[in-house]
Amino acid sequence: MTVQALAEMLSAKIINNADFTRQVATGYAGDLLSFVMGKAPADSAWFTVMTNINICAVAHLADVAVIVLCEDSEPMPGVTDRAKEQGINIISTSLDIFSAIKKVLNEGQI
Amino acid sequence: MADHVHLEYVVEGDNFVSAGSATESVKACLKGMGVKPEDVRRVAISMYEGEINMVIHANGGKATADIYMDKVVITLADTGKGIADIELAMKPGYSTATDDVRSLGFGAGMGLPNMKKYADECLIESTVGVGTKVTLVTKFSA
Repeated sequence: MTVQALAEMLSAKIINNADFTRQVATGYAGDLLSFVMGKAPADSAWFTVMTNINICAVAHLADVAVIVLCEDSEPMPGVTDRAKEQGINIISTSLDIFSAIKKVLNEGQI
Repeated sequence: MADHVHLEYVVEGDNFVSAGSATESVKACLKGMGVKPEDVRRVAISMYEGEINMVIHANGGKATADIYMDKVVITLADTGKGIADIELAMKPGYSTATDDVRSLGFGAGMGLPNMKKYADECLIESTVGVGTKVTLVTKFSA
């Protein structure tokens, strides 16, 4: 599915729309950045509550399709600008990580 | 024409805003040279871990990338405190990062294991009180 479809499914707020036509192939959940770097597959949706600027570098370097900030987490200062520069999709949902992933799986989209 | 491309970067210590910029630059260069996305990703993951380690533990250092037709050789050299027990440092989950650094999502103890996992060769040379040099070789897939 596309990032656009994922954003709609999660009733998510758009933090940065770099390319919402990008395909989301799979997903990964976690907040420890080295776990994400080492384990998030390319083209995945990354579900996290981590909001500091380093999420941009991690998402960019690991080729993550979209960062899904959960529990209404607000990105820290600088994150949106960096995401614009680096072409990173970021959305924010009120759902917690488990509920967000459950919704995606229940609707059979990943 | 030179037989390879040589890139050099100064990595600033304790700066978590610029952290990763050397790796970002190498990634862009590899991508521009037409290296396969999966190979670029492997280089980026292993180099980022090394770069972050210098930011967190060593008050910065110097990074180089030498890009050949069939591989890239990354070095990350610092004059930090060094690693007393490399075998222990390589153990997944082992970390000496401070609580402040952990609150940023680092310090999971997966940095060195990730470097080893994603690079084809990972050499760590370290002397306590003198510094650490990490060499990462990633061969491009056929």
